[in-house]
Amino acid sequence: MPEPFVKVTSAVISIPRANIDTDQICPARFLKITDKDGLADALFFDWRFTPDGARRVPPSFIDEPHNAGRQILIVGDNFGAGSSREHAPWALRAWGIRAIFSTSFADIFSGNALKNALLPVVVSAGRLAALQALIATNPDGRWTVDLEAQKVTLPDGDSFGFEIDPFARTMILAGTDEIGYVRSKLPAIEAWEAGHPARVDTRAGAAAR
Amino acid sequence: MAEKPRTLLEKIWDDHVVASDLGAPAILAIDLHLVHEVTSPQAFTGLRERGMKVRKPGQTVATADHSIPTLDPSIPIADELARKQLAQIEENCREFGIPFHGKGSPTRGIVHVIGPELGLTQPGMTIVCGDSHTATHGAFGALAFGIGTSEIEMVLATQTLLQRKPKTFKVEVSGRLQPGVGAKDIILALIARIGIGGGTGHVIEYTGDAIRALSMEERMTVCNMSIEGGARAGLIAPDETTFAYLKGRQFAPRGAAWDAAVTRWRKLPSDAGATYDRTIVIDGDKLEPMVTYGTNPGMGVPVTGRIPALADVEPGARDDLERALAYMGLEAGSSIAGRKLDVVFIGSCTNGRIEDMRAAASVLRGRKVAAGLRVLVVPGSQQVKKQAESEGLDEVFRSAGAEWRESGCSMCIAMNGDQLEPGEYGISTSNRNFQGRQGKGGRTFLASPLTAAASAVTGVVTDPRTMAATAAGPATKTSAVEVH
Repeated sequence: MPEPFVKVTSAVISIPRANIDTDQICPARFLKITDKDGLADALFFDWRFTPDGARRVPPSFIDEPHNAGRQILIVGDNFGAGSSREHAPWALRAWGIRAIFSTSFADIFSGNALKNALLPVVVSAGRLAALQALIATNPDGRWTVDLEAQKVTLPDGDSFGFEIDPFARTMILAGTDEIGYVRSKLPAIEAWEAGHPARVDTRAGAAAR
Repeated sequence: MAEKPRTLLEKIWDDHVVASDLGAPAILAIDLHLVHEVTSPQAFTGLRERGMKVRKPGQTVATADHSIPTLDPSIPIADELARKQLAQIEENCREFGIPFHGKGSPTRGIVHVIGPELGLTQPGMTIVCGDSHTATHGAFGALAFGIGTSEIEMVLATQTLLQRKPKTFKVEVSGRLQPGVGAKDIILALIARIGIGGGTGHVIEYTGDAIRALSMEERMTVCNMSIEGGARAGLIAPDETTFAYLKGRQFAPRGAAWDAAVTRWRKLPSDAGATYDRTIVIDGDKLEPMVTYGTNPGMGVPVTGRIPALADVEPGARDDLERALAYMGLEAGSSIAGRKLDVVFIGSCTNGRIEDMRAAASVLRGRKVAAGLRVLVVPGSQQVKKQAESEGLDEVFRSAGAEWRESGCSMCIAMNGDQLEPGEYGISTSNRNFQGRQGKGGRTFLASPLTAAASAVTGVVTDPRTMAATAAGPATKTSAVEVH
């Protein structure tokens, strides 16, 4: 059961790149695990290490010393494109990231992130540019992302609202699991199934083989 | 009163909404859940922790494709993690009563290849899998999309998913494809046009004469890469081509049930007058073989074209382009044809079906691959492998100097030991050219099977139209028909 999550206050890691795909966030060779252990190390691995395994010089974004321990990420357009691997939000969460700012998120990534209480905060292109400019002038300023109030507060006290799926918001604030919600609708599911016989029986072919 | 005209998506959606609380996403019934070894283990662990069973094992089916080696199956799996993961899926399927098409099974293969070939994928269904290329099954007029591991657990536990209704996006491909141009070129051209985030929030429905003329396997290639344009699903309305493909397959309905199913399926195509949130038209007559030059599938150009110069792209996209070209070791403004290759990969859920094997063989028959080039041909399933071998295609590939493997995802995702080495250039019939996708430091050109096979002969990126098929006239469509 996830823990309830309300807000995060942290300085911000900026990765001003568009179209960061899930193969960058968590390369496929780290998908051979059968649990969720060790994924923090996999985060942005190939950006951080050369093919021989040496740490890159200068260090890649999340390895920059001043970014240690930061929980908010700001990136370019269309974050999380590509594979459906939930290992991507798992790796981000394992590293400590709780909220990501972008103009857009890939659909599957966005859904996966919300299920892990990792907030995809969508802002306009103009707002994103202003936020990146703010980081340039105040790189260590702490922002607060408040899910309950759906509000971001910047170091100078300025604030703005953001949209998030209201259902996902309720689930994350309460630390509730969606499976519990759907299980409470079992009578409706069974009623639907009574009127819609299964289209296939995947076990039927076993006898025929 | 006449009903409001509906799109194919809306019909499938309406048919599967179980409940819809105010403010909450709809609970959508799932007809078929496909499972593989990589994204499912944590979902089964979750089920165990809840003390739950798989609610509908008869609507669930599993295989092993991503981390499984494509070498001789009698060779023990060297990678301990992969071995453990493959043992885990087998154990999970046994414990939860899910049919498993695993190692040694004649029906094992890439999950998106076996679903259709077994006849499990049918029009009007909702189909999900923990894999973004689930979009493939949309070729049958099924709403099929990739899900994460939490959602896998949800479907295992309830046979439903919480979903917001997506927007509709009509892509009409008009006209007729020219010889040497195929399904892969359609989808690469579309993504080059809309960008890799262009379809976000939408389900694409592909229509138009050029789509209608495609075989089922070609339609699967198109729908497969919908996700590379950001659309979670792609759809093509079912028609006679669809029914002819399905009839007689192992899990397809039979007898009276078949007739009833076809009657139902005929009602699925979008109604005249149905409206879409977005529409674009692509001129199929003008398409050329496409090749990507960059590090996402939207960075593609005709094989006769040039890599964009920085001035050719929007100011906001220049950083992306510069970084991509630096990674690829390519020069802005230079030609894509003639680029030297180290590896050719023919396979994947995008282009690993029998027609793809035939298309590649039509070029390689009687020819040799270029000296020093490594060419991997990996069938999409064991059934594709068997069919190809019965047609002698394996011999065509081996004689040409290519490797002929067991089925699997292989070098598309580079989890099983099949991979590019750092700095190597590969032309690949797969779906992603992201940095490191085919092996860390590897550099990918995405293309069709015809283009990849022609390039295998020359050792450089090559326009397949410059190379006539050796056996049966010029290499034309990616279809098998001309090659027989």
